[in-house]
Amino acid sequence: MEKRTDKNSYTIIFAIGMVLVVGSLLAYLASSLKPNITENKRLEKQQNILYAMGVNENEGTSANFVSTDKAPQLFTEYIKKQLVIEGSTAIEDDKAYLIDVKKEKAMAKDPSYTRRLPLFVGEKDGQTFYIAPIRGKGLWDAVWAYVAMDENMIILGAYFDHKGETPGLGANIKQRFFMDDFIGEHLMNNGSFKGVNVAKGNADPTNKDKTDNEVDAIAGATITGDGVSAMIRSDLKLYVPYFKTLKTN
Amino acid sequence: MGLLSKKDANLILDPLADNNPITIQVLGICSALAITAELEASIVMAISVLFVLGVGNVVISLMRNIIPSKIRIIVQLIVVATLVIIVDLVLKAFAYELSKTLSVFVGLIITNCIIMGRFEAFALANKPWRSFLDGIGNSLGYGVILIIVGFFRELLGSGTLLGFPVLGDPITKTGLYAFGYENNGFMLLSPMALIVVGIIIWVQRSRNKALVEDH
Repeated sequence: MEKRTDKNSYTIIFAIGMVLVVGSLLAYLASSLKPNITENKRLEKQQNILYAMGVNENEGTSANFVSTDKAPQLFTEYIKKQLVIEGSTAIEDDKAYLIDVKKEKAMAKDPSYTRRLPLFVGEKDGQTFYIAPIRGKGLWDAVWAYVAMDENMIILGAYFDHKGETPGLGANIKQRFFMDDFIGEHLMNNGSFKGVNVAKGNADPTNKDKTDNEVDAIAGATITGDGVSAMIRSDLKLYVPYFKTLKTN
Repeated sequence: MGLLSKKDANLILDPLADNNPITIQVLGICSALAITAELEASIVMAISVLFVLGVGNVVISLMRNIIPSKIRIIVQLIVVATLVIIVDLVLKAFAYELSKTLSVFVGLIITNCIIMGRFEAFALANKPWRSFLDGIGNSLGYGVILIIVGFFRELLGSGTLLGFPVLGDPITKTGLYAFGYENNGFMLLSPMALIVVGIIIWVQRSRNKALVEDH
């Protein structure tokens, strides 16, 4: 006799039942946990921005954020202004840090759309920090960063992150040894924007020369490094007009 | 063994050595090559697989009499994917930092052939408790190899262990580097993982001739 579980009708009913059970279980979990997840992401953005301007709890060689319970308070304390740059105008908006850079980047593919660029102006020990979020592609998935600059577009700090780069290789862009290399690097070269290139076979591995527009690449992470270079070139360039207006005022 | 019968204990002990999933069953090789450039990543992956395989084996074993044999592979896949997504969602909501470290591994766990291999070969034909032990044993066996490979790759490739410099500083030339030692960048690339796994297989088979297949 044919086993009950071998029948076609049983198979189809089982498949439908399984999809219903699993589908509703996951949908229930996802929607009930969504507020927590959104809140975590919001706090993380604040932590990232603060990290870039040097408000962090770094110890030794490891990169540590300020704790999540302190982040909102420190964020309002250190970030003096949040700007949204649209074309040639910059408007203050205290929700600017919630702008989705990924969506803006996708919509900017349409030439008639003016991309909204968030920029955070922070102040610490008398120094003004201009922090820009940027986003690009690594080897497997998205890479992004928060770059803090002074008014001459010299990098004061950077926080890099990624969605799915290879652990031990590309994923190392969020390690101190890579991020700290960017501090002091010039984005401009003789008055024009050049970016910072993540270079292999760098003649300056200890990164003494800060005006060469180069930092040392990570061995085994060429594509991730190229993605970081490209993201800095394309996204930070958009902020150049704003920094020019800072000079003329 | 007081806690486990001899037969049950073997379910855990066998995969650690003579029936190791990576070196003998040749399952899960892909992730063993992909994420072993660092010891920490190896340990995280080992723990993740331990959880998913342990629970997954029990779930499949409980369902073994009602799963239609024609679509059993799809059912197994759904069980793994569901478990992994649940873990990922819960971590994102309550342990955000940890979930960021693990996010890379989520995709790798679903495609890890050890999991599907053990569901198919063991859990479908055995009771939940034995399936659980089998899952734990196999993921431990997998983890041991991952950690050995990760240890050598990080030590020889970056000169660090778990991120701590153990051989000195390669830039200021202290410790071992003062004598002209250099990190081997090739260790960080996947081909060297394959070679390290190859060496483990060689050592294991030369110690136990019974493992050598006849052709």
